[in-house]
Formats: sequence, structure tokens, C-alpha cells
Amino acid sequence: MSKPVLATTSLAGCFGCHMSILDIDERILQLIELVEFNKSPVDDIKTFTKPVDIGIIEGGCCNSENVEVLRSFRKNCRILISLGECAIMGGLPALRNGIPIEECLHEAYIGGPTVQLNKSHILPNDDELPMLLDRVYPCHEIVKIDYFLPGCPPRADLIWEALVALITGDPMKLPYEVIKFD
Amino acid sequence: MSNLIKFKIDNKECMAEKGTYIVDAARENGIYIPTLCNMPGVKPKGSCRVCTVKINGRLMTSCTTPVADGMEIESSAAEIQDIRKSIIELIFVSGNHFCPSCEKSGSCELQALGYLYQMMVPRFPYDFPLRKVDASSPKIIKDQNRCIQCKRCIKTIKDEQGRSLFAFRNRGHRIEVVLDKELGLMMTEEMADLAMKNCPVGSILKKEKGFDIAIGRRKYDHEPIGSTIKL
Repeated sequence: MSKPVLATTSLAGCFGCHMSILDIDERILQLIELVEFNKSPVDDIKTFTKPVDIGIIEGGCCNSENVEVLRSFRKNCRILISLGECAIMGGLPALRNGIPIEECLHEAYIGGPTVQLNKSHILPNDDELPMLLDRVYPCHEIVKIDYFLPGCPPRADLIWEALVALITGDPMKLPYEVIKFD
Repeated sequence: MSNLIKFKIDNKECMAEKGTYIVDAARENGIYIPTLCNMPGVKPKGSCRVCTVKINGRLMTSCTTPVADGMEIESSAAEIQDIRKSIIELIFVSGNHFCPSCEKSGSCELQALGYLYQMMVPRFPYDFPLRKVDASSPKIIKDQNRCIQCKRCIKTIKDEQGRSLFAFRNRGHRIEVVLDKELGLMMTEEMADLAMKNCPVGSILKKEKGFDIAIGRRKYDHEPIGSTIKL
């Protein structure tokens, strides 16, 4: 039987959850024995090249590109995992939820106390730029998510335990210390 | 003459003085029933419902119900645990509880209950209400994003004449706990310390005192809430 295929992505996140994946330390050698990586920043494969078994999502959805990537993950992955607070509840980017988007952009590019160089008061408007959503959405409000691993970042032991349990079918060991929201 | 009465919690024989509230009686018998709004020494009000138990097939708040002779209380059944978990999840989605950026994280009772019930994701959609932060007091910051309206501060932070420094404003879903503008100016250091300590979440923060305990040494980093209650 071939190895299960793993894909990961970071949407509106800080890559901290991916750093936490690397925090499994030398177990990463066991991980590459257990799974094969497909689309992921870890191996820099940019597009799906085969059907994926487990997709790991870091970050929530703050713009149209995030939604597109998330939907392509749902389409290509059998199992999707929301990894970390941002994927689960929007996280820090969601602090803007409830504030009108115009006010946010004005603060960031025109009226904010640290804005000095934008003399002509331009808001980013290039066609290449993804559109900001009205608010930041948790991933499970956009597509179906199968599992949730909380934490900011989720503890490396939690990620490891969850992945191994998912791949081997063994029960998960969850000591009190691994489930944290910060 | 003894006022002790017998009752059962999850089929365990317990004894307590007549008139004791179930949550206190359980604690005396080494059984932890989670609470949020309730505080020892303060008249209970049963507003958060986290301490829900089942008595004679009915769901009741154990902080406001006194034990009765021969009472049979269910507390650890899966159904009741799930009801409590759903209440915690409701509290999480109805405010803006951003744990990673909260000064109280690690010592927060609401968060600790999330850990206790292994809340991976709330089953309800997030509300993201627009709430304000009031930093006008010289001593404290009142963050309405995190307030769960438990009334602990209203009941415990009072001046010498017994006037509460905090009060409810508005009604229904717009209700909020605010610091009285005039009385708030008379807040002492001790009152500010106590207000921050009594707040079960990070809604009342003492100024110039954020993030002062290292991660790993905070109250609920290693020990689950309620784990000190043992016989």
C-alpha cells in the first residue's frame, strides 16, 4: 500500500502553525517515512499533482484567494484539518471583524499614525490583488472541515499525535497540556 | 442536634449541612462541579448555567439549589457534560474571546473550562459582536469584548458605603457591565487587584500589569480547573 499523501497551506495565518509542525523535531524523519508530501510550503510543490489524503489548513479566510485555495483543498483532500486558532475562529486577523472594511483600509493606508509615504492617498487597487472579504471567516464556515486542532500555535505534540492517530488508526493520547488556545 | 443530611451525587453517598448549595456541598465531598459566575462567599445567582446538574430528571443550577435529604444528583453523565460544554461554547461565540492576545490567557476560568471539556471548536457560529474597550479609568481597563456578564465585579467591588463600583447598563443582548464614572475614580490599588482577580475572564485588567506570568507558570497551564478539589 502506498503512503498516505499530505498537503498543507497557510491562508490568513502567520506560518506559526507550520513552524509548530517543524517543532516535532527529529520525528520529522519518522513523518516522511509515514507520509508523502504533496502541495505544501514544506516541499514547495505549488499545485496538487495527485489526490491527497490529509490536508492541513493554517489560517482563516480574509480574502478571495484564501477562499479559492481552501476550496481547492476541499476538492483535492479526503480529510481536512483546521490547524490553529486562525483556521478555527479567524484568530488575530479576525480582530477586524465588526469594523467596516473601509475604516480598516483607511487606517492602514491613509489615516493611520504610521502612514507617511502614501501622499496621494491611494488604496491598493491592482487587479492582481485578491479582494478582501467583509470579515475574516473561520475555515469551517466556508467548507466542511473534518478535524480541529486548537492552539496558537498548536503544540507540536498535538499535531504529531493527531497525525499519527489519523494515519495508523491508533487511539489518540491527549494529555492536558497539549490542548491550549494560546 | 446535627443538621447533617445525606444525599447522592452520581451514586456516591455524600453528607452536608442542611441548606448548603449543591455546588458547595459537592466541593465538601470532594466532587468538582464547574462554575463561572459563582464565587464562594457571594450570594449565587445562577446566571451562567455552567454548574447545571440533573435532579429527579430536571436540569437545575447547582449553585442556587440547596441539597435536600435523600436527593439524587447526576453530574458526570455524558448528557450533562455535553450541556455544560455547549454553554461554554455559546459563551465563546457570543463574545470576542481571542485567547492568543488576551492578558488573562492561561489563568482564565472560561478558557480553563474549554480545556476541561476539550473544546476543539464551538458547534455554534461566531457572532463577532462589535464591542468597546473602556480604558478611561486610571486604574483598570474594561474590555467589553471579553465580558461574560457574570456580575462578580458588581457583587464584590464596593466602597466603604457598600456602593458597587461596577453596574449593568442597557438590557437584553445590549447589556454590559460598566465602571461607574465617579465611583471609579475612587478605586484603590487593592480594589483594582481584586477586580482583576475576581473577573473569571480577561475583561477587567489592571493597568500596567499585562502578561506578567510566563507561559508554563500560569494557573491552568498544567493543572485542570477543579483539580484541587479532592478528598
